Amino acid sequence: MSALGRVVRAGVGRRRVQSLVMALTTMTAVTASVMAAALVVASQQPFDHSFARQRGAHLTAVFDGGRATAAQVAATAHAHGVTATAGPFPLVSVGVRPQPPAGMPAPPVDPVLTVAGRTALGGAVDSLTLTSGHWLTGAGQIVVADGWGPPDLLGHQVHVPGVPGNPALTVVGTARSVTSTADAWVLPGQIAALTRPGTTPEQQMLYRFAAAGSTAAMDADRAAVTAAAPAGSVDGSQSYLVVRATANRQTATFVPFVAALGLLGLVMSVLIIGIVVSGAVSAGTRRIGVLKSLGFTPFQVARAYVGQALIPAAAGTVLGVVLGNLGAVPLLSQAEGAYHTGTLTVAGWIDVAVPAAVLALVVVSALAPALRAGRLRTVEALAIGRTPQVGRGRWAARLAGRLPLPRAFSLGLAGPFARPGRSATIAAAIVFGAVGVTFAYGLGASLNGVQRGINLDSPGQVTVDPFPRQIAAPGSGPAGPPREADPAAVARVIAAQPGTRASFSSVFTEVHFLGVSDAVTAVAYQGDSSWGAYQMVSGRWFDRAGEIVVGHRFLQATGTRVGDWTTLEGDGRSTRARIVGEAMTTGDGGMRVLTDAGTLERAGITEHSATFSIALRPGTDRDRYVAALDTALGPLGASAQARNGEISATVVAIDAITAILTLMLVLVAGLGVLNTVVLDTRERVHDLGVLKALGMAPRQTVGMVITSVAGIGAVGGLAGVPLGIALHDLVVPRMGEAAGTRIPPVDMAVYHAPQLVPLALGGLLIAVLGALLPATWAARTRTATALRTE
Amino acid sequence: MTAPIIEIRDVSKRYDDGPPALAGLSLTVAAGEALAVLGPSGSGKSTLLNMIAGLDRPTGGGVTVAGVRVDELTETASARFRRERIGMVFQFFNLLDDLTVLDNVLLPAQLLGTGRAAARDRAVELLDNLGIDRHARAYPGRLSGGERQRVAVARALMNRPALLLADEPTGALDTASGAEVRELLAELNDDGQTILLVTHDLALAESCATRTIELVDGRLARDERAATR
Ligand SMILES: Nc1ncnc2c1ncn2[C@@H]1O[C@H](COP(=O)(O)OP(=O)(O)OP(=O)(O)O)[C@@H](O)[C@H]1O
Ligand SMILES: [Mg+2]
Repeated sequence: MSALGRVVRAGVGRRRVQSLVMALTTMTAVTASVMAAALVVASQQPFDHSFARQRGAHLTAVFDGGRATAAQVAATAHAHGVTATAGPFPLVSVGVRPQPPAGMPAPPVDPVLTVAGRTALGGAVDSLTLTSGHWLTGAGQIVVADGWGPPDLLGHQVHVPGVPGNPALTVVGTARSVTSTADAWVLPGQIAALTRPGTTPEQQMLYRFAAAGSTAAMDADRAAVTAAAPAGSVDGSQSYLVVRATANRQTATFVPFVAALGLLGLVMSVLIIGIVVSGAVSAGTRRIGVLKSLGFTPFQVARAYVGQALIPAAAGTVLGVVLGNLGAVPLLSQAEGAYHTGTLTVAGWIDVAVPAAVLALVVVSALAPALRAGRLRTVEALAIGRTPQVGRGRWAARLAGRLPLPRAFSLGLAGPFARPGRSATIAAAIVFGAVGVTFAYGLGASLNGVQRGINLDSPGQVTVDPFPRQIAAPGSGPAGPPREADPAAVARVIAAQPGTRASFSSVFTEVHFLGVSDAVTAVAYQGDSSWGAYQMVSGRWFDRAGEIVVGHRFLQATGTRVGDWTTLEGDGRSTRARIVGEAMTTGDGGMRVLTDAGTLERAGITEHSATFSIALRPGTDRDRYVAALDTALGPLGASAQARNGEISATVVAIDAITAILTLMLVLVAGLGVLNTVVLDTRERVHDLGVLKALGMAPRQTVGMVITSVAGIGAVGGLAGVPLGIALHDLVVPRMGEAAGTRIPPVDMAVYHAPQLVPLALGGLLIAVLGALLPATWAARTRTATALRTE
Repeated sequence: MTAPIIEIRDVSKRYDDGPPALAGLSLTVAAGEALAVLGPSGSGKSTLLNMIAGLDRPTGGGVTVAGVRVDELTETASARFRRERIGMVFQFFNLLDDLTVLDNVLLPAQLLGTGRAAARDRAVELLDNLGIDRHARAYPGRLSGGERQRVAVARALMNRPALLLADEPTGALDTASGAEVRELLAELNDDGQTILLVTHDLALAESCATRTIELVDGRLARDERAATR
């Protein structure tokens, strides 16, 4: 082995703790970087990516089975511009009744499921992604779309009460279609058993086209398909562009915070790797002096030290890539659920680019101080040995010595000033950690607030639907639209029910406003709805007919502001209404109007099938109330159920992603501190020995070492909190904007003293935790040994 | 005859492998003595000093210093014991380079928790006595070797230790500075300070020791009292 090789090997081997910490730090930084990069990359146009990968259907067309045969439908594959097709798949819509999991009430209405008969999971168009269980292997099985129905459906049965024999199907898997072509799939042979007598299944055909980039191109493609089919046989069709717009809006909600956290993670990793590597090399300055006095050239010295840094860093990087890919699995599966896409994976280039960048960073961080030390005159390098950069930070030592503190603490306080560069970097790492935690806390708190606000879409503890509990008894023939219960009668029953504190009814409908081309969703309230008001961004809730409350998009689309007048257009009549408030709503992309039913009546619009929201008197047993009310409403054809606050999958995903990324940030920051303290105590081992010989007790030593980073931690934490708040104030409104709403002030103001104090102390905590281990090592070093080291 | 300040019984010390650094050594030192420990390199002199200061534990035997069994102390108790009873001077001074001379000298009092004013008075008095008061605000790096060793001695004496331990105090000094330190130690002993010093410097042993022992391979090879000094 060459002299250089020996020096490198000894350098790695003899400094085992340091090499281990370096490997550990690189590993964590690479893990965090791979995860962050994977998420940021996956958040770029996730729909387009999975659409391409799954060969998504540009057009999904449904044909009337009575007017076109399967062969005729299949022939449309030859229409102009079609490049690939899948199908025809027989298609039926059936009401199904899943076995409710224990403790959950059956849904009041049997949900209607669009079931396609399909043989294979894959295909030339709309290849499905299996998300759990397995694909169909025989009769009596069904695969449902991921996210459909109650949770934990896998392995359970669903009944189909609307067709003869009330067949039962076992859910054997869940799958995802990138454009949601169906709610469930069975083998084609099963479709006949799911078809109501006297009806013919429809035929579904999926197409990809040569040109599909614009609405115009899609219109032309659609026309070509329609022309190729028997006249009047096309029941309906859907362009992927519609699905894409919705998906992109959903993604856009995520991009701001994913980008913010991802960037924090990447910058932090760069910072930590830089400080760890350059710190390790600088700590070896004296050794470099010895090597030079033996005749090593500066270049050889630099090579030796780069090699010494690269060995543990490379080991850490390899492990980090593996862990990063593992860690990305739960992260990306959260994102999959949120983006409604097929499987997201770590982009292959990340696994190459991140390690390459990290190793390049290691080389640069090692080279700079190694070259500097290599160029130092040998005597100087030899002299540096014991205390680093003698002379720096003396003013701090003198100042700290004057403080009325135990000497161990004042010595520790002055510590960081002897190494200002390293201290600044570690402070920056702690600042980033504190920013991450502060931001994550605020994001979570704001989203919880927003979620609570959005749940006010359907407020109250109990709701009453104007339908009987089940629409179709087994074998009772085709399920027609149910007869609605009389709202006035329902209202009287509710008011008479003991335990009712307040109630109102609301109904969704579509209305038109002067100057707005598309229909606007309106929610018409009857009764005093003020207790169930949405969270307000500005203005107030309406309190009489003629006043409306609107979502943010409505204001944008109409160019109006709170206080302005608008014109509601009804059946030949129109009425003026005043905008009295802006509410937070993400429903209908924020294009929503909330008002008293009286407002709509003035425009000649009346709606009947309203849902009632009920608030209970304090102390009322909800379950018993629901049972009693349900019995009382039965004869009217209405049903009551308890309302469970829903947590949107989006919020759950954001919370989970935030938690994972923040944890990584804190971990990296803590490791940075750990590493710095290891280096510091290693450099000061001789001084530590002297102090112990003078009678410094172990506890005083631990105190001194911890104080040496506690100051940095406290300052970093204090600086990080306002920055984290600023990031929150920047990012959260953008997320709201993407979801079509502004965020109410009440949800933005989430930082109060009781949370700020622990957040500000967070930096201190990171520092103390990171320093604890090396501090106890320092206290345990044998004094006699320490005094022998030079 | 005053009570023994150091009582070492059958002490042996063996590092991981290799021959014992101390092999069944027994030694009693009375208060007021100035004991010079001689011996070839590797004979266990520094090891003996470390045992007495409680910096290391013997593998066998007992070490009693000023009535305290130092080999049985916990880390914390042994640190407190050093603070109160022991002053140490090293060959390479071991001053903290980023503290001024005065701050270095103050350290032991600060670790002990002595009041500010009292500690300061004591430090100023010591620096004055040792003739280095004009360097009080300087950093050790600027002092000569002899001056640095005087600072180290001042620091060692700060808490009026019962025992002053010195390991090759003149080993890194030129002849003139060595002579200064020699005189200083002799004067201290004349004033009643018990001193145990490890040295290769026969002149040092002769000029200030009241008793000389020699170690060879961790055993006592010679023990003689100076007739006069
Ligand atoms: N921490 C240690 N670990 C292992 N061996 C040690 C340690 N300290 C001392 N020794 C060994 O113990 C023996 C005695 O060492 P010691 O330092 O006491 O000798 P010394 O008499 O002070 O020598 P010198 O005059 O060179 O200072 C030596 O062989 C040395 O190698
Ligand atoms: Mg020695």
